[in-house]
Amino acid sequence: MTRAETCVVACAEAWRGDGAVLASSAGLIPGLGARLAQLTFAPELLVTDGEATLLRDGRPEGWLPYRQVFSIVAAGTRHVMMGAGQLDRFGNQNISCVGPWERPASQLLCVRGAPGNTVNHPVSYWVPRHSPRVFVEHVDMVSGVGHDRGAYEIRLVVTNLAVLDFAGPDRSMRLRSVHPGVTVDDVVAATGFALTVPDQVPQTREPTGEERRLIREHLDPDGLREREVR
Amino acid sequence: MSGVDKLVSIDDAVGEVRDGMTIGIGGWGSRRKPMAMVRALLRAGRKDLTIVGYGGPDVGLLVAAGCVRRVVTGFVSLDSIPLEPHFRAARSAGTVELTEYDEGMLYWGLLAAANRLPFLPIRAGLGSDVMRVNPGLTTIRSPYADATELVAMPAITLDVAFLHLNRADATGNGRYLGPDPYFDDLFCLAAKKRFLSCEQVVGTDDLHTGGPPQGLLVNRSMVDGVTETPNGAHFTSCVPDYGRDEAFQKEYATTGWETFRARYLDGDENDYQKAVRR
Repeated sequence: MTRAETCVVACAEAWRGDGAVLASSAGLIPGLGARLAQLTFAPELLVTDGEATLLRDGRPEGWLPYRQVFSIVAAGTRHVMMGAGQLDRFGNQNISCVGPWERPASQLLCVRGAPGNTVNHPVSYWVPRHSPRVFVEHVDMVSGVGHDRGAYEIRLVVTNLAVLDFAGPDRSMRLRSVHPGVTVDDVVAATGFALTVPDQVPQTREPTGEERRLIREHLDPDGLREREVR
Repeated sequence: MSGVDKLVSIDDAVGEVRDGMTIGIGGWGSRRKPMAMVRALLRAGRKDLTIVGYGGPDVGLLVAAGCVRRVVTGFVSLDSIPLEPHFRAARSAGTVELTEYDEGMLYWGLLAAANRLPFLPIRAGLGSDVMRVNPGLTTIRSPYADATELVAMPAITLDVAFLHLNRADATGNGRYLGPDPYFDDLFCLAAKKRFLSCEQVVGTDDLHTGGPPQGLLVNRSMVDGVTETPNGAHFTSCVPDYGRDEAFQKEYATTGWETFRARYLDGDENDYQKAVRR
């Protein structure tokens, strides 16, 4: 079992119990997670090819052009796992730019669909490199809104080190589990704000034999997942 | 053939654009962009344009060439290369202004303009810094019992819209053949002047039988000029006619602007097409 495989399964877990909602994702590992969830414990999930086609186990089953994605966003029948350039303790997220918005040190993507996603339906985040540069006290540009700004629900944050949720005070970030081989201190040191850490922090569950087989033989036989997590 | 022939040259279409105008550009990211029209705009040396759209290399090219005062968008991306280098550089240098909206807000603004409404209510934007960086943006409360507070997304009206489709007839009916219409019909409906470029101009009968009726995205009431620009979305994708030219896009993203411009953009569209076929 590799760290990347643990992360794929941790991402898949974000969609557990969601029913027939659109599972959208940015990044390879969350995409593998969504497809793994659809193949195993969440068969009702809708998954796309990243463009306009809905896929069931990799085979086309429907049509979803961008304009209909906006309807699904507004209807709330979606749970997206986005990336985050910056993320704070209440789940405010920034993918727009780093530095002052008026003249940023680094222009990123702009806000994309983050404002609409976060006020309409569940949102989770995938952070392939857990560091104080990402987990900051205050984000420079609130693209995705957090729980202190009216988020619908920020569900999970999955990183290369840990799984975090928002069961802390006032729905702030809490350490939920650490991946095998990672200590609580590793996570605390890589987080730029005071994290809620329970007395007992469990280990992120390992993939089952069947999950591992699906990842290795079916979903990602070329092992591209290993490049996204180091 | 019914209707008036609207065939125009690329340069005639671009000739309708004046400095300072607000220009809508169809497509999405690095997908089915009217790049031949963009190249013509750049050659014409227009200034102070406001560019509205789901931004890709169209924005990057026009910004790098100094044609743009302001970009109105939800993102600027080359898809396979997530960040647009020329847009990034201009933002950090402070040489381009930005109106930054959620993607759904941009859709809503075009929809409001298409329906001649001053605004449409939407949840997207609430609580985010989109409200901070757009001081003119305001909210509205539902007049019904729910009293929900919503963003009043203003109509985004355009002076000129440019879009590229797979097929069209000479009167301005147009068809897309790929998997996504994007928002090209809305750009037409939000604009005063509308120019459609296409891979191939065909007769109306052939256009109609060339696919399902749902693929006929625009009709001739929505278009003022039609021009045939084979490979006219290059280097963005125009499936099924062709996919994105990834190697060329990479060259675009990694080559200094003056070098790239001298290599590909100093001649006309025919010169460009010859240069990219080398």
